[in-house]
Amino acid sequence: MTKGWTLYDSRLAWTLVAPVLLLLVFFLVLPIAVMAVYTFFTFVTAGVEATTLTLANWQEFFTDSYYHGFLFKTLRVGAVTALICGVLGYFPAYFIWATTFKHKWLLLLLLIVPFWISFTIRTFSWIHILGEQGIINVTLLKLGLIHEPLQMLYTEGAVIMGLLHFLLPYMILNVYVSLESIDRTLIAAARSMGCTSAQAFREVTLPLSLPGLGAGLLLCFVLAAGSYVTPQLLGSGRDALFGNLIYDTIMGQLNWPMGATLSIVLFVVLGCFAAVYTRYMGMSQIVKGLSG
Amino acid sequence: MSAAHPDKEGRWAWRLTGFVTLCVYIFMFAPIIATIVLSFNSSMFGGFPMTGFSLQWYGKLLENEQVLAAFRTSLWIALVTALVTTALGVVTAFALVRFEFPGKQTLSTLVILPALVPETILGVGLLVLIKAVDQPRTLLLLVLGHILLAMPYVVLIVQARMVGIRRVYEEAALSLGASRSASFREITLPLLIPAVVAGALLAFTISFDNTSASLFWRPAGVETMPTQILSMLKISISPEINALGTVMILVTVGIPLIGGLILQGFTRLRRRNKPRRNDNENVEHQAA
Repeated sequence: MTKGWTLYDSRLAWTLVAPVLLLLVFFLVLPIAVMAVYTFFTFVTAGVEATTLTLANWQEFFTDSYYHGFLFKTLRVGAVTALICGVLGYFPAYFIWATTFKHKWLLLLLLIVPFWISFTIRTFSWIHILGEQGIINVTLLKLGLIHEPLQMLYTEGAVIMGLLHFLLPYMILNVYVSLESIDRTLIAAARSMGCTSAQAFREVTLPLSLPGLGAGLLLCFVLAAGSYVTPQLLGSGRDALFGNLIYDTIMGQLNWPMGATLSIVLFVVLGCFAAVYTRYMGMSQIVKGLSG
Repeated sequence: MSAAHPDKEGRWAWRLTGFVTLCVYIFMFAPIIATIVLSFNSSMFGGFPMTGFSLQWYGKLLENEQVLAAFRTSLWIALVTALVTTALGVVTAFALVRFEFPGKQTLSTLVILPALVPETILGVGLLVLIKAVDQPRTLLLLVLGHILLAMPYVVLIVQARMVGIRRVYEEAALSLGASRSASFREITLPLLIPAVVAGALLAFTISFDNTSASLFWRPAGVETMPTQILSMLKISISPEINALGTVMILVTVGIPLIGGLILQGFTRLRRRNKPRRNDNENVEHQAA
């Protein structure tokens, strides 16, 4: 032990966390702070901006309905995705929790495997299902049910499908973790007091699993609303989301002040949702969900 | 649990649950299986129908210098990310679990933020910062960015296990004269191994797989595996991409699975070989 230091000295703690703290400051806190300042810079021409402070970027954002449309669509797609995830994800989570199947771990492992498979590959593999040469169109054409391939790819539906595919494991694991923490004797008690199984589910299991469902919904919503690759690969130009707009503004038009403004908007909007959530539910459920 | 559903209503609900579960699993894996199957298609086009079996696209892949270069780049970045993130993550989790210090709560929230803030925002933010101080995009920056993105997961996994290890074991070692680092090395770290391995593997896959942030951060001319795939997809869905996808799936699913199996075998072997050193073993049982 270092001389003069107590066993759990806070100075030692700060030394231990210093590298990570520096990383967080320089790669997370400072970038967002500098970005906030950039929103007040003046755009001169592609890639060039003046440090003259202006409200022009904010004015443009607040008055141009082009941006409002993007924001609204992004929030809508995020909400729809999160809700479908919640409904579809609850069943497998409940099944895995309640099953007497001996190899339950296998079902859980199969949920974790998608996390290991490249997100890009998982996304583009949908082209083989929904595309003109995809399995659905090829089968339907062979059967003679349709005469022209259906346009399923490059639609908003395809984007939501891709997002569901990416987010369902998050949702299922979140709900599962929260189901696991339920004391099973409570359900047996409810049943022995004369509840039907539906009542027992509605009155005991469902309310107790709501924290996990809530954390899953928030996580799915935030991740869907912030997505970039999925709309890029599975959507047409019309299905671009806010993330794509930011990317195009910065990498395409090289309009850094506007790109920074849009990023801060997305950050604040999603941050508000997360803040409302943590205000009522606390952070711990998200932590549980993320660490599986 | 089906015993808990003796009424008719419950049985139907249970059947429905099973059916939806099955559909979700099919939904999860059908596209991936389609990609793997199509990688063996002899057709010139990347889609259905299958016209015959062929390995030619894998051969083509091995001759594609760009793909090989991107693969090497991603592999190195992921290895460095996994090593550094795990080392820093273990130390940070140790401090967060064992110590009480002002600002601890803020720090634990800050640590998980990179997992919650959309990558587009993190990507733009860092670019704006280095533009403001007039620095170029470098490989080091990309690696540090990946470390940031993987850190929340490693810290959370290690933290979860660390909570289960009682501090009296470390304190016993300290009171018997072990140095601070020796007690960490000899007591804490061995008990943490499963979490350390799991964290390292996850950090590796997060880095190897990262797309959105890498698109912003990569230096000019550098392609990682996912950005390479994206730029190939812009041209067309060639059968070569299916082959590439299949190879990637085998690598990223194979490594953690093999790692897990080795770890399992290793702990079993250790338990069998050293039944006498029960102080150490008991600790492990209690912690598990």
